[in-house]
Amino acid sequence: MGSEFNRRDAIKRAMAIGVVAIPSASLLSACATSSGGDKNKPVATGTKSAANPLGVKKGAPLEAFVFKGGFGDDYIKSAETVYNTTYGVTVKHTGTQAIGPKLQPRFANNTPPDFMDNSGADNLDTAALAKEGKLLDLTPLLDAATIDDPSKKVRDVLVAGTVEQGQFGSDKMYALNYAFTVYGSWYSNKLFQEKGWTYPKTFDEMIALGAKTKAAGVALFTYPGKYPYYVHFDLLAQIGKVGGKEVLNAIDDLEDGAFQVDAVKQVLGYYEELAAKKYFLAGSEGKTHIQMQTDWTKGKAALVADGSWVENEAAPTMPKDFDLAVGPLIGGGDSDKLPFGTLYAAAGEPFIVAANGKNPSGGMELLRIMLAKKQTDNFTNTIKSLTCVANSAEGLTLTPGLASANTALKAAGTNVLNARIQDWYVKLNQETIGNLTAQLLTGQINAAKWIEGAQKASDATKKDSSVPKFKHTV
Amino acid sequence: MRHGKYRFIIGFLAIPLALYGVLVISPFVQDFQISMTDWTGLTPDKHYIGFDNYRKIIHNHLFWQSLWHNVLLLLIVPVVTLALGLFFAFMLNVGGRRKGSASVAGVRGSGAYKIIFFFPQVLSVAVIAILWQQIYNPDPDEGVLNVVLHSIGLGSQTQSWLGDPKLALACIMAVMVWANVGFYVVLFSAGMSSIPTEIYEASLLDGATRSTTFFRVTLPLLSDTVATGWVYMGIIAMDAFAYVQLMSVNNGGPNEKTDVVPLLLFKTAFRDNSQYGLAAAMGVAMLLVTLVFAVLTLRLSRRERIEF
Repeated sequence: MGSEFNRRDAIKRAMAIGVVAIPSASLLSACATSSGGDKNKPVATGTKSAANPLGVKKGAPLEAFVFKGGFGDDYIKSAETVYNTTYGVTVKHTGTQAIGPKLQPRFANNTPPDFMDNSGADNLDTAALAKEGKLLDLTPLLDAATIDDPSKKVRDVLVAGTVEQGQFGSDKMYALNYAFTVYGSWYSNKLFQEKGWTYPKTFDEMIALGAKTKAAGVALFTYPGKYPYYVHFDLLAQIGKVGGKEVLNAIDDLEDGAFQVDAVKQVLGYYEELAAKKYFLAGSEGKTHIQMQTDWTKGKAALVADGSWVENEAAPTMPKDFDLAVGPLIGGGDSDKLPFGTLYAAAGEPFIVAANGKNPSGGMELLRIMLAKKQTDNFTNTIKSLTCVANSAEGLTLTPGLASANTALKAAGTNVLNARIQDWYVKLNQETIGNLTAQLLTGQINAAKWIEGAQKASDATKKDSSVPKFKHTV
Repeated sequence: MRHGKYRFIIGFLAIPLALYGVLVISPFVQDFQISMTDWTGLTPDKHYIGFDNYRKIIHNHLFWQSLWHNVLLLLIVPVVTLALGLFFAFMLNVGGRRKGSASVAGVRGSGAYKIIFFFPQVLSVAVIAILWQQIYNPDPDEGVLNVVLHSIGLGSQTQSWLGDPKLALACIMAVMVWANVGFYVVLFSAGMSSIPTEIYEASLLDGATRSTTFFRVTLPLLSDTVATGWVYMGIIAMDAFAYVQLMSVNNGGPNEKTDVVPLLLFKTAFRDNSQYGLAAAMGVAMLLVTLVFAVLTLRLSRRERIEF
């Protein structure tokens, strides 16, 4: 054998080993199961001062990873420009639609970017990240002075509910939800005026309006069966209006029998009646949200349960003179715990900062810049959405839908509801209860069955140890 | 020198084998490893919890329901697709009337049909799914299918296609058949053209009808091609992820009546609290089912070759 071992064989074998070894080594080191503990990386900190309350180090690199969806990412680039000039550095910016798939391996390897807009259909599970301790507690940001008025803290200028929206079962705020969404029943003021309809205040008025619209050849309501949880924007909040915040909180907290209360029975009974009277646009059960919005802008249905993003999203099909408006929650009437005018509104578009990134204070500073008047004006003007900064729309010329949402929000005062089940227990709300809602609206099940199914699903979620649990702290 | 020859062969086989090991085998091993943990995919740390994830799967009725949908797809889609593919290919190649000197010919315009049948193959799954979602649009004025039914006087048959729990899975199956049948028409056409015309001529002289020709001549001589097609269609049916994800209402709905295991796996890993461990266990279960399918297929299709 030895005599046959020649140079060519040696080269061949070496090459074979090399070709095999190199990719396998790199693949194995890149693959998900390769584990390493927390890598001790230098965390950039600078000296704190009045102008630099978070102690950002000048010249320290900052990496931003931004969801580029309906809002685009220009508004963040605009804030980054300010950061660049202040701290003498260029923020490394990535705009993408696939936040989750791109960032999951980076979190798994403990090399996350500093600043992220964790939004879109492919987002990372913020609740799971918070539970795993991967997110920075943003309390220092809340206690820092604002850029516009050093005498005010960031905490003091945020719309009520913004801080809570970023909490996951404790006092720590892990996500700053930058956009402020007003939910409700959206309609065309023009259509309502032409037909002489008025926006209903109670379930009974709604059903009476249904008879009127049907006579006019217009469906009362339409919803996207492909995403039936859109209906919950109204349904859950109506439960809160009828029974008060405690009822809604009990549902969020997965309390025993949370769904078996009168408020739920009243609201679900109303939806059962709507379904029985066939006041929904035919075929709604198979539609996407875009198809739903198109039918509605064409005047086939009077109302849709939607968020304030609908103005931007439905713009391609919305007639110029549509005169978009949002109505507050309807309810049972005077017996309701909360008055007419109560709204369901919540901060959205969660921005997060990595706990073990290289420049956490820089990440928070970029958020502080975004909360300045110059940046919020830019956001509201270009994206047509409110921000989480209170009264930031003041003095701006608003589009009809946005103006209507702004007015409704002001009129609601403190009567603003927010069902956390929608972001704490996504599967429970969107899939399990969503399926029940879809069946209720097609008349396959009645209200009693819906309540029974929702309670069962809520109990099952409560028992499932793999689902992180959250509770209202207030 | 013989030793040198083996060394040469091993030297060259080593590369593909090693690549196969790293790119195909090792992910399976890792999948099994992850399935024993409670990993969330978000941190480097994970804890071994033994067979807990498998226990969870066994008690999850949704998993069994999804698996049943996969089995239904596996039983129905390949049979319908291959049967239609065979029928069309036969008509295009052998089924026509004899004219002139040609004793074996397809129906008139078979060349054009072949191209038309192949059309869906050019489109990506995403395009097909979105296209059909519009066709199935339940709107009585806009949904293509419902409008067509209306205009031919079958207004009573209009449906909320993808929104009806009884119809949704069948509707998705129909799209999968539509998308794949053209490929098999072309594949079987190629197979049929390699069957010597003398055999057809002889059977014609003996007075065989079209159906006799098909079942006694064409099908037996095409069995190898059909077996290959069966395996391919089986794999497509076991997946069905993209069709269901894009077309179904509420991601596998209505009421989870169209959910399939790959979609459930995807939801478990990426949406449902990031449970990578549980999703990995589903992956292992899927691997087992696919292996059973492959073994059964190979067993059943093993038969003597007919030489010609």
